[in-house]
Amino acid sequence: MTLKHSDAYHDPQIARHLAKRITRTSRKPVRFMEVCGTHTVSIFRSGIRSLLPETISLLSGPGCPVCVTAQKEIDAFIALAREPETIVATFGDLIRVPGSGSSLQREKADGADVRIVYSTFDAVTLARENPNKRVVFLGVGFETTAPTVAAAILAAHQQKLDNFSVVSAHKTVPLALEALSDGEINIGGFLLPGHVSVIIGLDAYRPFFNACRVPCVVAGFEPTDLLQSIAMLVDQVESNRPALENAYPRVVSSAGNPKAVSIMNEVFETADADWRGIGTILASGLAIRDKYADFDAVKVFDIRLKPVPEPKGCACGEILTGMKIPPQCPLYKTVCNPMAPVGPCMVSSEGTCAAYYRYHGDG
Amino acid sequence: MCLAIPSKITHIDNEMATIDVDGVKRSASLMLLEDAAVGDYVFVHAGFAIKKLDEESAMETIRLLKEAAAFVDDLEADKG
Ligand code: SF4
Repeated sequence: MTLKHSDAYHDPQIARHLAKRITRTSRKPVRFMEVCGTHTVSIFRSGIRSLLPETISLLSGPGCPVCVTAQKEIDAFIALAREPETIVATFGDLIRVPGSGSSLQREKADGADVRIVYSTFDAVTLARENPNKRVVFLGVGFETTAPTVAAAILAAHQQKLDNFSVVSAHKTVPLALEALSDGEINIGGFLLPGHVSVIIGLDAYRPFFNACRVPCVVAGFEPTDLLQSIAMLVDQVESNRPALENAYPRVVSSAGNPKAVSIMNEVFETADADWRGIGTILASGLAIRDKYADFDAVKVFDIRLKPVPEPKGCACGEILTGMKIPPQCPLYKTVCNPMAPVGPCMVSSEGTCAAYYRYHGDG
Repeated sequence: MCLAIPSKITHIDNEMATIDVDGVKRSASLMLLEDAAVGDYVFVHAGFAIKKLDEESAMETIRLLKEAAAFVDDLEADKG
């Protein structure tokens, strides 16, 4: 099998043609939301905003996992890093997110053992290699990441490790879409996240779509994937026929990845989750089942989450729900920048503020 | 986070695969995949293969892209 054909995903001529097609067909002014942070970055990097007609505005949604993590959860992570004989293992993005008084990075500089891992299995290996320490993995992410965390818990269970645990701050996408459509902003269509959909499949959005009847297209990440998906959304808008469509069939199927879903469901059950900027969304999170309670850091460390205010002046909440764009935040570029981030949207490589900053987005 | 480039499985040992990402060798767990064999192309997320690339659908996507692009060519031809 060759992958020569993948050139088509970057083909500037195809991209230009798709953009022309969008310009020709789009009449009604409409706002589309890309729900995934990786989409936000691809959209900026490829410059496709500049190819779109004025009728179409693209809003970035709550699809950067670090960005939607509640302030009290960040504070709990920092408290864990202060526990004696404890190694905190995390993906890289999280360590610079400011909590109420510190960040994991600052704790690390002060001597806490915070390790950045590439895979959840690396955290399990850390536990095996450090039997005298407690290793906690910070489980932040959507349905793409949750199965990999579940796999790590199953591996630790199999290896009978008693010094490995996970804080599950995972969030799930479909119910959050419902909350966004009910919000103050009128969203005319959703670009659905490609890699979350790899796991949950197109069918997982059906209840949301049936309830809200908003145009929805699962999109890939290359420039032509995104333009094609926008063209499909425009067709739905102009014909007044909302649909749930898949523009990324080479990776996303209707049923998703059943093995990953079953591993995720073996370890996790649905729970309410607090989203930064949105608040509590019922059943939009994942908690570790009682069966695996020994691996649940919330129980092992007896973590009590106390409500704390989000950073003063930071508009991350409004940015995550599409109500504002970064240049509308008074702190953007003045006080807040990637070297000195005030909120998580400026920290994460997938955060909207960071993307605006890096690619000089002006809206 | 996600490697959008499909990576080729070059070796499998138990449930761990060696994958080739544009010439760089990495390892990826196959625990989340139903079936995967040497030679398959997979999408990898944080050290786990999460999907086999579906070649037929990939070709279908290209066909759709080309069709959408051709639609513009037709319009332009119409305009003369
Ligand atoms: S620019 Fe900084 S302070 Fe403003 S919303 Fe973004 S992260 Fe928050």
